[in-house]
Amino acid sequence: MRAIAVESSSKMRRLSHAIDRWTLSSILLSGLVVLPVLTVIGLAFGSTSDIWQHLLSTSLPHYLRNTLCLMLGVGVAVCLLGISTAWLVTMCHFPGRKMFEWLLLLPLAMPAYVIAYAYTDFLEYAGVVQGGLRGLFGWQSAQDYWFPEVRSLGGAIVFMGFVLYPYVYLLTRAAFLEQSVSMIEASRVLGRGAWSTFFRVSLPSARPAIAVGLALALMETLNDFGTVDYFAVETLTVGIFDVWLGMGNLAGGAQIAVVMMCFVFGLITLEHISRRHQRYYQPASSRLKTLPTYPLVGYKGMAATGVCLVPVLFGFFVPVLVLSELTWVYFDESWTPAFRTYVLNSCLLSAAAALIALLVAIVIAYARRLQGGQVLKVTTRIASLGYALPGAVLAVGIIVPFAAFDNALDAWMRAQLGISTGLLLSGTVTAVVFAYVVRFLAIALGQVEASLEKISPSMDMAARTLGYRAGETFVRYHAPLIRGGLFTALMIVFVDCMKELPATLILRPFNFDTLATHVYEFASDEMLGEAALGSLTIVIVGLLPVLLLTRMIGKSRNGGPDQPTRPASVASVA
Amino acid sequence: MNAEYLLEVDDITCRYGRDRAVDGLSFRARPGSLTCLLGPSGCGKTTALRAIAGFQDLEKGEIRIESLCVSRPGYLLPPERRQVGMVFQDHALFPHLKVTDNVAAGLRHQHENLRRQTVSSLLERMGLSALGERFPHELSGGQQQRVALARALAPRPRLLLMDEPFSNLDLDLRERLGVEVHDLLKEHGITAVMVTHDQYDAFVLGDEVGIMSQGNILQWDTPYNVYHEPTSRFVADFIGNGVFVRGTRTGDRTVNTELGDIEGTLDRPALTSAVVHVLIRPDDVLPDPDGPISARVSRKAFKGADIMYTLTLPSGTTLLSLFPSHDNFAVGDHVRVRLNVDHLVVFATENTVAESMTSSPD
Repeated sequence: MRAIAVESSSKMRRLSHAIDRWTLSSILLSGLVVLPVLTVIGLAFGSTSDIWQHLLSTSLPHYLRNTLCLMLGVGVAVCLLGISTAWLVTMCHFPGRKMFEWLLLLPLAMPAYVIAYAYTDFLEYAGVVQGGLRGLFGWQSAQDYWFPEVRSLGGAIVFMGFVLYPYVYLLTRAAFLEQSVSMIEASRVLGRGAWSTFFRVSLPSARPAIAVGLALALMETLNDFGTVDYFAVETLTVGIFDVWLGMGNLAGGAQIAVVMMCFVFGLITLEHISRRHQRYYQPASSRLKTLPTYPLVGYKGMAATGVCLVPVLFGFFVPVLVLSELTWVYFDESWTPAFRTYVLNSCLLSAAAALIALLVAIVIAYARRLQGGQVLKVTTRIASLGYALPGAVLAVGIIVPFAAFDNALDAWMRAQLGISTGLLLSGTVTAVVFAYVVRFLAIALGQVEASLEKISPSMDMAARTLGYRAGETFVRYHAPLIRGGLFTALMIVFVDCMKELPATLILRPFNFDTLATHVYEFASDEMLGEAALGSLTIVIVGLLPVLLLTRMIGKSRNGGPDQPTRPASVASVA
Repeated sequence: MNAEYLLEVDDITCRYGRDRAVDGLSFRARPGSLTCLLGPSGCGKTTALRAIAGFQDLEKGEIRIESLCVSRPGYLLPPERRQVGMVFQDHALFPHLKVTDNVAAGLRHQHENLRRQTVSSLLERMGLSALGERFPHELSGGQQQRVALARALAPRPRLLLMDEPFSNLDLDLRERLGVEVHDLLKEHGITAVMVTHDQYDAFVLGDEVGIMSQGNILQWDTPYNVYHEPTSRFVADFIGNGVFVRGTRTGDRTVNTELGDIEGTLDRPALTSAVVHVLIRPDDVLPDPDGPISARVSRKAFKGADIMYTLTLPSGTTLLSLFPSHDNFAVGDHVRVRLNVDHLVVFATENTVAESMTSSPD
């Protein structure tokens, strides 16, 4: 009882500083993230050549128009696919519902450029579909019939929609699951039908979650390089590659990137505002009830099955079949020792980046929960900004300061000790991992923040007054409660790192390939067959975390004593 | 070091966002006392509790526990080192831990055997022995709150803080649990501070009650005195039912109203105005067939043992009156009542809380 009384005041001072360590760490970590952002902005505005004028008068409007069309199209597509399927599998009962719950996640493993490569092979003039049609109808050449151009803006929208809708699906589904049962029951009792309840009750209260999913999907769209490059849709990202790598104009590329950052900053704002609207604490009583489901039988049930089947089929199974067939044919040319190295490289880099991103996200999000206040609010926002940088420009933002550091250190060591340290950061995997962490920290942070928000602040206070320090409280009481959310963060970051193309392409060490860069290079050389094994491997490796996620969802449905926090783990999928 | 006061809150001010949630608050609690901060939502009572627990910085003032400063501007002894227990409105049980593990959460420095013993004796005392293996979501609200209390008490805190501990429970249970908790705390000699917006919780549990408004304490007294001798209109309005009747002071102990001369102990002789408002509580108005006052029943509310009647006088003035359930009248009936006012609570007619404040007895 007297323990405190005898402690000196210096001990007390130290303890009160211990709290500040969280703030300090948060500021430092978000400082690392902001470094590339500031570099890019500096390059864009520090340049002497008057390239803005030139950009505006020539290619920028063209890049802008394409980007806007792409985002609009993809946005509509992911909302249609994501919301309809999420509502069907959570609120309705129809043939195959349980299966679709996890099947619908599968396209998450499919990068946009992989699906683009697969469908190009499948749907092109020389492909299976057109060949089959020609054989069937006796057409001789392309003049005899009309077939939509695969490698076009429309094609890019459709294929990206099919692989990016799971972001909206996941978040919306979780939002529907969390909705208070009594709210839905009240609406039904008050005389609203199923549709009316959906549009007036379920949908509006899921709106923040939908917006978050949409923002994530559109950020992916903006960043995409592989698809638009292959389809020759000249978006802003392609513009950066053209201006920087094509014309050798670093500042020009950075300026286009700044234009893009305006877009994504808007998206991040949308995400954060939506999350703020989402802020609430789950009512304890409704958590354990099961949602009422509308039984859909006959043609209605078949329609529901059809709606869910379309994205799964076209977003996953068809391209996988196409790739499998190609892999089968080209296996001997593709399965080489070099290829196995690419696989290992990809896995190691992605796992390292995912773990680091998660740890950084935990520190930043938890510091904010502990301390609150304006400073940490700003650092949290800043830490999410890395996502604003498309991979290519992120690469510039990293190469410039890293190279400066390497040169400075090398010069100093040579002068002092006569040793050359060479390249420590730039041109090594460090740069690649750093790029991944900066770029995907927003996802991890969003996940961790959203999960933590679901824990009532009184839980923290209970643990602290029971004698646990802030860090211990997290490890013992928060982590088990939000482990679903932490795992989801890890999984999504891992998958995204595996798929990441533009930054890897630029930052990788000389003669170092990951699966993604290997696939890109072969596809660019129109060797889709030889690229198939790599594409398929990316899909399969990306599938592992998706399957784990689906297993978690399935388990959490059944509840049981192993899962006392059943609804929380489902909720943290968001 | 045997301090006279276990907890001393000394002129503290806390900012919550842009507002001063607590503004110059002071109070002290003796060892073993049960203190209640009572006030409407937004009065700063929860912020005060967070400050005592160490979750809230002070802008001004100081908080001492056993004479040792634990909070002052720029300094916070971390909550985990204050040896303070806390109970919450939402119970805040760890959902992934069994009841026994929840209760044992604060005992990690104890030896395993001792820990098990502490937990089982506490659970037994709380009537929870059979529920040790359950998870929190398998318990009723009352059981959850008992577990939360057991968890907070297990490490033998120097001070127990309770934030609206009974607000999530139904009326019947909360009364029962209130008495139970009161007895338990007294039995173990635990010093506790509770904040609530519910006066009945405060009356059941508090030895002393501080009525809070706008970040400060308006009146600090026993529950009996707070009810019968409110020193401000705010307190008089906030606590209990009652109506104000206009009258003129005719003597030291008398106020002349339309109900006749009301006599009683005048708590605040310093009040100077001649025209005053007199507080008439429902229990001051007694049914009496020979009573001097005739009134019409304009509303009735059946409360079981009692019926609360709203009575309208010919002049239009209304009175509240608590009759035993045997006296069953219908709306529209005329009844006769008499007044029995022990404590004459008067306020100046102008809505000047300030004046009534200045005359508050210390």
